[in-house]
Amino acid sequence: MSRLSIDTQNTAEKTVEELYKDLERRVQASQPGLCPVDLAASFLKTCYAQSCGKCVPCRVGLGQLEKMLAQVLDGPADPGLLDIIERTAESIYFSADCAIGSEAARMILKGVRGFRDDYIEHINHGRCIGKHNQPVPCVSQCPAHVDIPGYIALIHEERYTDAVQLIRKDNPFPSVCGLICEHPCEVRCRRTLVDDAVNIRGLKRYACEHAGELPTPDVAESTGKKIAIIGGGPSGLSAAFYLTIMGHDVTVYEQRKQLGGMLRYGIPNYRLPRAVLDREIANMKKVGFKTVCNVSVGKDITLKELREQYDALYVSIGAHTGSKLSIEGDDAKGVISAVEILREIGDDHYPDFTGLHIAVVGGGNVAMDVARTAIRCGAETVRILYRRRVADMTALPEEIHGAIEDGCEVTELEAPLRVEKDRDGNVKAIWVRHQISGPMVNGRPSIVASRELEDVRIPCDRLLVAVGQGIDSQKFGDYGIPLQRGRIAAFDTSDVKNADGIFAGGDCVTGPATVIRAIAAGKVAAANIDDYLGFNHVIRTNIDLPQVRFDDHRPCGRINMRERPPQQRKHDFELMETGMTHEEACQESGRCLRCDHFGYGVFKGGREYQW
Amino acid sequence: MVNVIINGIAVKVPEKTTILEAAEKAGVRIPTLCYMKDLNEIGACRICVVEVEGYERLFTACNNPVADGMVIHTNSKKAREARKINVELILSQHNTNCAVCSRNWNCTLQKVANDLNIHWIPFEKDLPKISRTDYHFPLIREYDKCIKCMRCIQICDNVQTTNIWDVMNTGSRTTVDVGGVYRLEDSNCVLCGQCITHCPVGALRERDDLDRVLAALEDPEIITVVQVAPAIRTAWGEGFGLRPEYATYRRLVSVLKNIGFDYVFDTNFSADLTIMEEASEFLEKVKKAADSKKKGKKEKFPMFTSCCPGWVRFCKANYPEFVDQLSTSKSPQQMFGAIAKSYYAQLLNVDPSKIFVMSVMPCLAKKAERTYPTMVDDQGDPEVDVSITNREMVRLIRLENLNPADFPESDPDMPLGVGSGAGNIFGATGGVMEAALRSAYNFVTGENPDPDAFKDVRGMDGWKEETFDLAGTPLKVAVVNGLGNARKLLNALKKGRVSYDFVEVMACPGGCVGGGGQPIHDGIEMAADRAKVLYRQDAGMELRFSHENPSIKAVYEDFLEAPLSEKAEHLLHTDHHGWKMPNEN
Repeated sequence: MSRLSIDTQNTAEKTVEELYKDLERRVQASQPGLCPVDLAASFLKTCYAQSCGKCVPCRVGLGQLEKMLAQVLDGPADPGLLDIIERTAESIYFSADCAIGSEAARMILKGVRGFRDDYIEHINHGRCIGKHNQPVPCVSQCPAHVDIPGYIALIHEERYTDAVQLIRKDNPFPSVCGLICEHPCEVRCRRTLVDDAVNIRGLKRYACEHAGELPTPDVAESTGKKIAIIGGGPSGLSAAFYLTIMGHDVTVYEQRKQLGGMLRYGIPNYRLPRAVLDREIANMKKVGFKTVCNVSVGKDITLKELREQYDALYVSIGAHTGSKLSIEGDDAKGVISAVEILREIGDDHYPDFTGLHIAVVGGGNVAMDVARTAIRCGAETVRILYRRRVADMTALPEEIHGAIEDGCEVTELEAPLRVEKDRDGNVKAIWVRHQISGPMVNGRPSIVASRELEDVRIPCDRLLVAVGQGIDSQKFGDYGIPLQRGRIAAFDTSDVKNADGIFAGGDCVTGPATVIRAIAAGKVAAANIDDYLGFNHVIRTNIDLPQVRFDDHRPCGRINMRERPPQQRKHDFELMETGMTHEEACQESGRCLRCDHFGYGVFKGGREYQW
Repeated sequence: MVNVIINGIAVKVPEKTTILEAAEKAGVRIPTLCYMKDLNEIGACRICVVEVEGYERLFTACNNPVADGMVIHTNSKKAREARKINVELILSQHNTNCAVCSRNWNCTLQKVANDLNIHWIPFEKDLPKISRTDYHFPLIREYDKCIKCMRCIQICDNVQTTNIWDVMNTGSRTTVDVGGVYRLEDSNCVLCGQCITHCPVGALRERDDLDRVLAALEDPEIITVVQVAPAIRTAWGEGFGLRPEYATYRRLVSVLKNIGFDYVFDTNFSADLTIMEEASEFLEKVKKAADSKKKGKKEKFPMFTSCCPGWVRFCKANYPEFVDQLSTSKSPQQMFGAIAKSYYAQLLNVDPSKIFVMSVMPCLAKKAERTYPTMVDDQGDPEVDVSITNREMVRLIRLENLNPADFPESDPDMPLGVGSGAGNIFGATGGVMEAALRSAYNFVTGENPDPDAFKDVRGMDGWKEETFDLAGTPLKVAVVNGLGNARKLLNALKKGRVSYDFVEVMACPGGCVGGGGQPIHDGIEMAADRAKVLYRQDAGMELRFSHENPSIKAVYEDFLEAPLSEKAEHLLHTDHHGWKMPNEN
């Protein structure tokens, strides 16, 4: 017999590895609205199967926990049972020899404390609190609840204009979202169970690029009601679009030169070409709302005046002020807020960074946008400094990856310490202190300044600051609109407390968020303003959807979006991403599982024909 | 049009036709269980799965469309085996104590299982441990019989818009239960019973009150009196395989007499009485409105009929602002009880407490109505002692081992056994309105109209409206059946989009002929056919006006004096605020 052998996987082990992957995908595509106690019980079962069986707490304890959870779920359960579960889990956590037992117990403890009411409802009444009311994952996850299976089916039939019109029932910015939406719809896509999520955003882009002339929606009979929208960004324009269709007389007030808000003054052309944005806004304006640019509410006209002139107001001013670094020397010349640069670019004033060394502070999408912009403006080097790890960045992974490809250097775990100036007060360098990734706080590793490594000086000619955005809300607060940490305090119905006829939504309420959330807020506001004014107009389409196709769900790779090669794209501001080919769009749209028809969707909430 | 081949048979069908419908056209039967046309096409039971050439997976026939060139096999090995296993899985979670089930021999699951030649289930029995059923409530849910086909939820949500039943829990514990509250008796259930008549198995049923009936029959001290609702005569023979032309009210009289009831009467009589009161009440309201125009006080219109206790419950639970516009006239069931325990007790010269009134109703809400504290006689006893459904009556006949086909027709007892054609059509949507208008016309003009003058309110449309000329005054009426339609009408009224003088509401689709207490035929809506029976009978009767009913004339002359008299108000009218729905303030 040989002394040693090379470990090889047998078929069973290989299959189990595959099953782990299947399960991972399954967890990833877990639909919202499931019973948390039932889920905890099934997770526990998996944990229990992983026990090696050596130690009592794990070998016996997890089994007893499993039985007690089953009792909670199936009854009858004694009111004291929850206490016993908690005490048992705690003692397993404390006394298990290894993490297999202690972490399993910790998961149970987390649940007992995090969804205690669900446990109690099961014990007292034998049923769940929650209800499974989100049958179509993509539609539920989309803040605007766009009919995704519907438009994908239309794309598959090559009915692109109809697809875009169907999107416009819920989201008047299909082209914009086709390019830059963060696509929460894909996160829990049920196709993930088979192979991978459908590339929904890519398909939307394809539909928009291949649609014909979009018919302008019919506008309802005039109601004689006047509505002012303050802020011409995605939220304000969405509200304006739907309120106009409902027959109201809408005027959008925009303080900058042009409409679009952050879409124009925050997102660079290479991600969202101005021509696309302009066409989208022009299409929306066809319904007939009025726009007034270069008028700042609070300066050029008071909120009080507007309130008197209009029957209702929608405040959607966004979050456009850049947060400061608040470190020594941050007043140096050449320390520029990222939002300021992007805003200037919005009106086509590009900075010239030729030959300069640029440092960018921040780890969000704005940081990536401004860094990649700097490359395109001729910078010699661009270095992104982030105080946490790259893995902790809030920017989309593809943005980080793209920035690196474009030539940005990303330095993680370096926290700004002070800005070094020259005699004239110009930025010369930024000093950073190394951090180490520390204990988890709220599910995210905290950072702790390194006690060993020395501070580092990073020379730079410009320091671009992208560490968050604020809201210019004070004038609204002065009028009496309630503010909460600088944000406008509005309900999820977009009503503002104690301010009759005033509604608010978008970034100015949520803080900097995504375009689709802003659009959704505009849609919600439109419905509730219509209601407030005493109407019940409905937004609908009469697009006849194609019948479902049969499919065997054979696993098939997802079509990902491609980008122009870095060497080419980094020299210009032209659109970076390339669209799908017809062949790709056809295959990708065919991957949709039609959860509106197959599964729970056909029973409850498969399709909302109107809102 | 698309061409498909099903089990080798070529058919041409319009696009978007389901496989099930295409198969039907080809003469191929595919078994279904959860499927209910237009209402529940959700493919939940997976019994109707078929094999489509070119695909590995099976597809449900009930809710999937055919495509051009499709080749379908409904009985391939794969389809047959999957179908069989799915039925076995359903049976593993179903209490198959069929011998004592109310739906034995009328159960779709039983039929499907039998047709699939299933004699043994390879799975462990797995019945729910929790039951919340209160067996005293008129509507009973057997938790261990529910197969989660979701039909009850669909009918409750989408037809009746009462939203009582809902899907509860997720995963393996998913079940149907009462939404919002924990117990059915605490919910706003109106007891229309449509969930029962649309349940494919015996998971939903009415409380069986036959023991109380038998006890009364067996007590020599008790005088048993029966009233039979109009809609019963359209359907009671269905369970015996008798056509309605044969299974008449008069044949039923013989059967009930044979069972031992002392007096067999007709709810048509009290339907006529209802018309006398309700039509008078309406005309009085119109008159008051005309007077109050001068005085500035406002009468609220429309007036709503109140014969249907399901509707009254719905109105109280969901639209309390309209309760004061309900006619104060009691329903025919209650008017009958009130008269039986006063006027008729006098005629018999007996203490009313000796009289036991049984009503045979196509309805579950009637079981609740008879227990309201406002529905009692002067001694505080219920006016109606027991209310049984048509199905319970059929079971009573079976219990007595009688074959109704063997019985001759015979006359009901007098005087409460006489009803007019106007009373007879109470059982169908529009019938109450038509009957009321026939008499109202006479009350205003002193002459009878053509009895068919108001027939435009007939028919199965959910929401009908007509304007009639009542001696120079235009009268705008509406008739709705099905509570979803009632909700639409009430919402429109609230928003000021419509206005009417008089509105008839029946909770069940098609009216009492489609009632929740009627015999069950899975997959077939019988209301339209049964309504025809009532209208045919009305057309064939000599007596077609409530006010011409000699027994009605007699009861006013000898006892009540006149419609809306003090005595009539006391006995025949009610205060709808005198009792409360569970969540009513």
